[in-house]
Amino acid sequence: MGRVVLVTGVGRDFGGRFASRIAKDPVVDRVIGVDVVPSRADLGDVHFVRADIRHPVIGKVIADDKVDTVVHLGVIATTSSAGRRASMREVSVVGSMQLLAACQQAASVERLIVKSSARVYGSSPSDPAKFSEDMSPRRIPSSGLGKASVEVEGYVRGFARRRPDVRVTLLRFANLIGPQVDTMMARYLELPIVPTVLGFDPRLQFCHDEDALDALHHSSLADVPGSFNVAGDHVLTLAQAVRRLGRPHIGVPPLALGTLGSLIPQLRQADLSAEQILFLTYGRGLDTTAMRQNLGFEPKFTTPEAFGDFAARSRPGAMHPERVAELERQLATLIAKGRIYGRR
Amino acid sequence: MGDGDGQDTLRAEQSADEIADSVVDAAREVFGDDLWERRLAELLAFLRRRITGAYEVDDFGFDVEFTERFLLNALRPLAEKWFRIDVRGAENIPSVGGALVVSNHSGTVPVDGLMTALVVHDHADRFLRMLGADLVFRLPFIGELARKGGATLASTEDAERLLSADELVGVWPEGYKGIGKPFSERYRLQRFGRGGFVSAALRTGVPIVPCSVVGAEEIFPLVGNITSLARLLRVPYIPVTPFFPWLGVLGMVPLPSKWLIEFGKPLRTDSYPAGSADDAMLVRNVTDQVRETIQQTLHSLLLYREGVFS
Repeated sequence: MGRVVLVTGVGRDFGGRFASRIAKDPVVDRVIGVDVVPSRADLGDVHFVRADIRHPVIGKVIADDKVDTVVHLGVIATTSSAGRRASMREVSVVGSMQLLAACQQAASVERLIVKSSARVYGSSPSDPAKFSEDMSPRRIPSSGLGKASVEVEGYVRGFARRRPDVRVTLLRFANLIGPQVDTMMARYLELPIVPTVLGFDPRLQFCHDEDALDALHHSSLADVPGSFNVAGDHVLTLAQAVRRLGRPHIGVPPLALGTLGSLIPQLRQADLSAEQILFLTYGRGLDTTAMRQNLGFEPKFTTPEAFGDFAARSRPGAMHPERVAELERQLATLIAKGRIYGRR
Repeated sequence: MGDGDGQDTLRAEQSADEIADSVVDAAREVFGDDLWERRLAELLAFLRRRITGAYEVDDFGFDVEFTERFLLNALRPLAEKWFRIDVRGAENIPSVGGALVVSNHSGTVPVDGLMTALVVHDHADRFLRMLGADLVFRLPFIGELARKGGATLASTEDAERLLSADELVGVWPEGYKGIGKPFSERYRLQRFGRGGFVSAALRTGVPIVPCSVVGAEEIFPLVGNITSLARLLRVPYIPVTPFFPWLGVLGMVPLPSKWLIEFGKPLRTDSYPAGSADDAMLVRNVTDQVRETIQQTLHSLLLYREGVFS
């Protein structure tokens, strides 16, 4: 008998893509997708159940269908369409708690895969260059989605203690990026002029969304318990990333950046919360040794490659690389001309 | 209409020619008669790479192009003309593989670290990856420049990561105690922390290169410390020198002391048995050995130096 997989958060683009993708895998018999809103995309063979994971009905779904693999993607809502910030956290934390409670009751559940975020490491000037999974944050995220992620991971660890027979895999993703990604970070990078924190150029690491789907798919079938960072190799600094998109950037003092973020409507879409400003100040790097050696997963895209893929679909900015190269060619021609005049 | 267009084009071409002429003249002036063309093309390509983000940084944020073309070039006149640094024992810096350069720290502002990095680059053709306190990375601009220049946080994790990647790492184990000590205690080495740098070297099996810097003590003679303000600003000290803060910005000009930098014989750590890094006794012995070497070299360099400014 094949696997029965329950996927949460299929209403969003990423969750929907994952569900229809794993449904195509021959070892999987049946995929049940759960969310409060139906997916806009066609989910194919996925059996969609419209339910709130905060509601006990989820336990009934797991028991009735004898679900053996739960893939929890509805942990954090990073798209701004998911509603207000406070309600997002509420959905994340309470929803995860209820889902884990339901899983604990269900004897059929054998493995749990949770999509977490590298936000759990926070961002501070005392951070090591790269976080490995066993390191604790120098400053625990005290607000926003980072705090929610920390709380959810706490519940997941509690669940793993109470149900030692369930193999729990926790994936901490770097910021997702790619042609189809529409996160707040992507919106921030695509602003016509990108406000950055004055005097800082943080290191960013990205994970291509295709790689993220691959990693989740791999983990759902591989049975490797543990926590793993998932990210593309190498880093880009914020200035570098913004320049590769051809957008001008201006440094703004951090306090003013927060105010700006709440005043200007366009910036409200781009998440300039206190937590995000810390991230945009100090950045973060991830050690992905365990991802390769223990989880056995190899991403296809490095950070610069993933970002290049995103930049290719992005609307070219005012200073896009081709325009600058053209300017350079024109200047070179001008100089060549000057040389002829000079010799004359 | 057509006539007007033609005239406009002609005028535009003329002004373009004028611009080209002046650019060429300026380039000749700066780069010399023979090389200007290639150099100008290089400069344009460099600017394009910077504007379009087509440069590379490593996992620590180290930007080689920026460091070589900007940071080190900016520091070189200071080293050569102002401090007139004499370098000894540069051959002791391994040309390949990981190694740990351990140096004394002084001068109120960590200019000695920057100078050591420049000297290592110019004399041994390697980049010194400096380990700095978290204060450095908390400060705007300075933190950014530090990361671009190859520095990272002084922590066991980062030190071992760099050393395992065959990098040349620089540490100043005296930390604030060394750099912010009063002028009266010049050239007296402070305590060498808890010997974390020795553990890192032992764990990665890299040699330790002792480095002694003479001259940095005199650039900003520290005679006092505004403790209350320092506490308010969450910095280890606010220096008072004979010229700062009295002369304002002018007081921030370092005194042109004569500098000597000597790199000592590398101390091998790969002969110790595995697990030595956790042997507190051994770590302390090696720490003391390195500290003694640097202190003795400082004394002999001071004897060799004729005067503070000559």
